Amino acid sequence: MSHSARNERDRRIQGAARLAEGKIVAAKDATALLEALLRPGDRVCLEGDNQKQADLLARALAAVDVARVHDLHMVQSGVVLPEHLDVFERGIARRLDYAFSGPQSARIAKMLFGGQIELGAVHTYLELFARYFIDLTPRVALIVAVSADRDGNLYTGPNTEDTPAVVEATAFKDGIVVAQVNEIVDVLPRVDIPGDRVHFVVEADKPFYVEPLFTRDPAAITETQVLTAMLAIKGIYAPYGVRRLNHGIGFNTAAIELLLPTYGERLGLKGKIASHWALNPHPTLIPAIESGWVEQIHCFGSEVGMEDYVRAHSDIYFTGPDGSLRSNRAFCQTAGMYACDMFIGSTLQIDLLGNSSTVTTSRISGFGGAPNMGSDARGRRHPSPAWLQAGLQADPDGPAPLRRGRKLVVQIGETFGDQHAPMFVERLDAIELADKLSLDLAPVMVYADDVTHIVTEEGIANLLLCRDRDEREHAIRGVAGYTDVGRGRDRKLVQALRERGVIQRPEDLGIDPLEADRRLLAARSIKDLVHWSGGLYAPPSRFRNW
Amino acid sequence: METLSYSHQAARPAAGTKAIALVGVVASGNLEVLVERVAPGNRCEVEIHTAAAGFGAVWEAVVADFVERCSPGGLRLSINDGGARPDTVALRLAQAVRAIEEDAP
Repeated sequence: MSHSARNERDRRIQGAARLAEGKIVAAKDATALLEALLRPGDRVCLEGDNQKQADLLARALAAVDVARVHDLHMVQSGVVLPEHLDVFERGIARRLDYAFSGPQSARIAKMLFGGQIELGAVHTYLELFARYFIDLTPRVALIVAVSADRDGNLYTGPNTEDTPAVVEATAFKDGIVVAQVNEIVDVLPRVDIPGDRVHFVVEADKPFYVEPLFTRDPAAITETQVLTAMLAIKGIYAPYGVRRLNHGIGFNTAAIELLLPTYGERLGLKGKIASHWALNPHPTLIPAIESGWVEQIHCFGSEVGMEDYVRAHSDIYFTGPDGSLRSNRAFCQTAGMYACDMFIGSTLQIDLLGNSSTVTTSRISGFGGAPNMGSDARGRRHPSPAWLQAGLQADPDGPAPLRRGRKLVVQIGETFGDQHAPMFVERLDAIELADKLSLDLAPVMVYADDVTHIVTEEGIANLLLCRDRDEREHAIRGVAGYTDVGRGRDRKLVQALRERGVIQRPEDLGIDPLEADRRLLAARSIKDLVHWSGGLYAPPSRFRNW
Repeated sequence: METLSYSHQAARPAAGTKAIALVGVVASGNLEVLVERVAPGNRCEVEIHTAAAGFGAVWEAVVADFVERCSPGGLRLSINDGGARPDTVALRLAQAVRAIEEDAP
């Protein structure tokens, strides 16, 4: 018989039982609970991603007695709250494996340089979840839900997100699961996590934090972004017939969403493109949904303010018996990898081969899900017209029955970003960062051999049609505009690539620059989106200016 | 304020007969382009008043490409620039020519 981990778990739970009434622990005792459950060196998953946060449990962990709890190994999707790094500053934690660190990207870089954090690796979400089941299984998971009953059954509401994956890996490998909830109720609207996987429930004094990360204000979309969106729709969505896809969170893709009911409609593309999505409930997709473009959407997480709109559209979204959204990050990431024919998103830097990264020398933002969405899934076996056509362009001479298709991986943006920073560079900052931190791998978001198209206001570069490294470099220089990389182009080579359709300019696609006008957007403000939604979309206060 | 002037020979005259057109807005990060059909022959004259000094080389490249791509013969473009990025400049120039060619068959 070998049950030492299970016996250890039972001993710890017993040791903490005095703080609980059944499974319920008061918020004021949360730190004492963690001191009773944790041992030095434990591997701990603190739930939080780019959306919801187990914020009360993060504060409780940051307040433990460091003499009792120290040198923890944190495994977590997001390093987002200040407390996530405070635990390293205090010595409560030592080692970190994570996926995303948006708002803490500058501080985490400083602490990595200062040696205060021992870095395992920066992962994608799905990759980190996978390791929870192989070599990074949590001993204790600190999770978050909307409500619980007295048996520990949990209701996560629309923001289910990572919770099922975290609980599965912890609870079924003799780990301990502690949940913070907004309230304890007699009857749950639905059960998202069965109570026998949850050992303690802490009732929080205020609702957990959720970031409205996927809300893009149409008022901030520029006409250059409108032009890139027109290029993408006419030059990529239409010819490949892309029906199944994922969008990133930038303004260019928000512009695409808002052009579907106007420009897309005029091109006769309704029903032919953009009907099935792996996507959070983006407010900017409301006009397309209301215009009958969208058949269904599976979500990684929810979006603040979209709850009632989703509830009213169960034909489109996945919803539970209570009527609210059921999101699931692990499943949606898998769907994005295996069941979508296109990913399109923005980046901060692209090099001459097409590698791209959002890391700069002073900011380590991590990846989240982009590398999964933005990669060709080598295990894919089912055909689709878009996938086969892309595969044919990449390998026109190969035997058809053995030819792999290709996922369309599109990077879109203006040639210059914020503060006139060029999107195209000779060398990624990520490489310098890897040197400085002695990392084996530079933090590359999308690798050159996965990216198929680059779209800028200058046109589309189709990298599938490039036959060697030189062609590829000039296809990229050819859409890099007036950045140093763009101005370093050989005009004759670029012209030859344009004649072969490797580079397509707006005029090659019959796109009139006068039409690149904000009036082409189906909604030009957050208020317009509220109108489109029939008043169901309730934007967070920071997006209300009326 | 910096003033830059360029004069190029275009391949063809701009289409249409409209005498004048205006696109864009004077705003930070944006620009206004007044285009008039007054330049001699197939010349294209471009005069730029810009709030951001020191970008002469980029302007020169943007204007040269513009003349090659849009062939704006006979046009004079007067630009009021509020520090727009080159991507915005290129779009506005292309829009200006389309606007004055609007009545072309």
